[in-house]
Amino acid sequence: MPGPSPFNEMRNADGSVREPYMILEQWLKEQPAEALGLMASDAEDIFRRLGITFAVYGSNEGTEKLIPFDIIPRIISAIEWRKLSKGIEQRVRALNAFLHDIYHRQEILKAGRVPEKLILNNSAFCPQMMGLDPARGVYSHIIGVDLVRVGPEDWYVLEDNLRTPSGVSYMLEDREAMLQIAPDLFQRTKVAPVDTYPENLRRTLESVAPPGVNGTPTLAVLTPGIYNSAYFEHSFLADQMGAELCEGQDLFVENGKVYARTTTGPRRIDVIYRRIDDDFLDPLTFRPDSMLGVPGVFDAYRAGNVTLVNAPGTGIADDKAVYTYVPEIIEFYLGEKALLKNVPTYNCTKDDDRKYVLENIHELVVKEVHGSGGYGMLVGPTSTKEQHEIFRQKIIARPDNYIVQPTLALSTCPTFVDSGIAPRHVDLRPYVLVGDQIRITPGGLTRVALKEGSLVVNSSQGGGTKDTWILED
Amino acid sequence: MLGRTAQNLFWLSRYVERAENMARLFEVGYRMSLTSRREGATSDHLVSMLRAAEVDEDFAAKHKVADVANVAQFMLFDETNPSSVRSCLLAARTNARSVRTALTSDMWQSLNSAWLEFAAIDPRNITGSRLLELLQWVKTVSYRYRGALLSTFLRDDGYAFSQIGNFVERADNTARILDMKYYVLLPRTDLIGGDVDIQQWTLILRAASAHRSYRHVYHDRYKAWNIADYLILRPEMPRSLLFCVGWINRTLDMLEEIYGGKSAGHAAAAEVTAMLEGNSMDRIFAYGLHEFLTEFIARNNNVTEAMAESYNFY
Repeated sequence: MPGPSPFNEMRNADGSVREPYMILEQWLKEQPAEALGLMASDAEDIFRRLGITFAVYGSNEGTEKLIPFDIIPRIISAIEWRKLSKGIEQRVRALNAFLHDIYHRQEILKAGRVPEKLILNNSAFCPQMMGLDPARGVYSHIIGVDLVRVGPEDWYVLEDNLRTPSGVSYMLEDREAMLQIAPDLFQRTKVAPVDTYPENLRRTLESVAPPGVNGTPTLAVLTPGIYNSAYFEHSFLADQMGAELCEGQDLFVENGKVYARTTTGPRRIDVIYRRIDDDFLDPLTFRPDSMLGVPGVFDAYRAGNVTLVNAPGTGIADDKAVYTYVPEIIEFYLGEKALLKNVPTYNCTKDDDRKYVLENIHELVVKEVHGSGGYGMLVGPTSTKEQHEIFRQKIIARPDNYIVQPTLALSTCPTFVDSGIAPRHVDLRPYVLVGDQIRITPGGLTRVALKEGSLVVNSSQGGGTKDTWILED
Repeated sequence: MLGRTAQNLFWLSRYVERAENMARLFEVGYRMSLTSRREGATSDHLVSMLRAAEVDEDFAAKHKVADVANVAQFMLFDETNPSSVRSCLLAARTNARSVRTALTSDMWQSLNSAWLEFAAIDPRNITGSRLLELLQWVKTVSYRYRGALLSTFLRDDGYAFSQIGNFVERADNTARILDMKYYVLLPRTDLIGGDVDIQQWTLILRAASAHRSYRHVYHDRYKAWNIADYLILRPEMPRSLLFCVGWINRTLDMLEEIYGGKSAGHAAAAEVTAMLEGNSMDRIFAYGLHEFLTEFIARNNNVTEAMAESYNFY
């Protein structure tokens, strides 16, 4: 890869170890030769037995796979984390304010700070949400912010996930597996716990129940079913929170209220944590061919009889094209400068930008505006000339369909691979809960590109995960 | 509890029990075929076993010859046979995945590991002694699941649905095992029984893991009358019809307590109970053993339908 060598989170250029990793370094030195290999296979057994799997669409190797787990934790100091969480909190506050505005008075459009066309003509904009007032004014309750690091102080937000971010169960199970295979490592240092997440998720969901619910609100997790790639996570979270895990067929709407079909008859549901996309949520409001959703649930939501978490239409705030305006959005609503940086992004509809992109595509990353999961993207430096040309043609044909960014030298962490311990590129997705207050779990999901030199960390593209440690002071 | 969850728990237990029973049935057919001296008897025994499992027609549509290899393939590994061990284990695990939150992790893990182990088996390697080993393994899967259930499952409505499913399936199967060879159990003038009879009686008892406990209960040699009595009317025999129905009734009472009322399930179970309680082998034989068993299987099926209706299975 061109450019300077990437930031190594464990080792400085002179080979010395960075402060947060000192204890790990010592521990690794003490491990006998085969120990790490044994731990890795123990960890795999744990995951397989627990059935912690995900599905890869279009894969022939059966519907369930394990995400590779790397046994070397990624470590972040308390000071580094405090900075990050401030930036994250600022960001989710501003994005929720933006959503409220977009679905009410649209002041930011009137002020010309964000182009009207970009919002109103966007397929992620949900006109059905206009004028609707969700409980506590919160739209996106559960958020995953994807961060990458390029230097000791240099973090960038790669994207915001405001719809139905997944992966939180891996954050929890990675910790569980780590505790099982290397308990002695935890005794030497103070790692902030992540297992507060399910309880905090429950509190968050209860705090946004519709006004007028008597007693403890009844929660349901709405899943597309066992063939969904994240089904394990849906059942895991429902279980951890003590909520009912429902499929669309388990719920029905009568007189504007939502009920679950139980063995003793209908039971009123107050809050639905839905893991079904907007389009499939309600065949009466959105896609009429949806078999996954609950007919009439959107009307019940409009009537204020049930809370949908996250609200429909939050995708307008994590659209890749809207992403470039987030610093503006933060300034507009909070009157503050953004604490976390955006990755500089080229807008291919602008002549100058497009010219630059077409000439330098071999150094750039091209992403589809509505793509996700690492599909439909080009990483210039690791692609062939033919692939460059294909993407040039795509951009010329539909410049508004792509955003382009410089190739970031993602930081690396030591990772246990076939050849031993070697640096591999990582990113980080912390999880944020927004309800009566903002709760950020100290940790997150570290995804690691297991192939040497690869910058694509998505599990669907051969990425793995690591336990992520936030050290306590 | 969601009606779908109740339904899944009910069927999950049924499938595990069915996997065990398919292994038991096949083992009987297989052992009978191994020890038959008569020409063509191998096929006869296997076919009557297939008939007892009510899959004889499906089998005939796929295979010309009822030899051990074909029948083993069909009963153990065939994806198109809904009662094969493979289909049962997969259905159990799929049901378990749907209701994971309602299961304890021990229950889930027992099913998940079972499926992963089974899926790794190459059917071509399952011959000779490996075949009996595999059949034993299938039974162990069921014991592991049931052990996990009894040791870790909260005694609530979910437990009740699981138990009812379990014993409805077991009762169905015991009735089918008896029906498979009902004619060797009929009272005859020849009270002693020839070698062939003795052998078949042994196998019927073995299918119910009852060939040794029989001695403790009857202190006597094998007799057709006793064997039928043992598997139908003995309350202490854990695979007898009366025992199964007793569990169903007690578990329904538990549901009544939890939900504060009886359901159509109670009425349907009472119909089954009426065939057993206060009945005697004299009267059953007078009615006709085959007719009795056919009637029992039908009434037992009604329990499932009544449960589905009363507790919103869908």
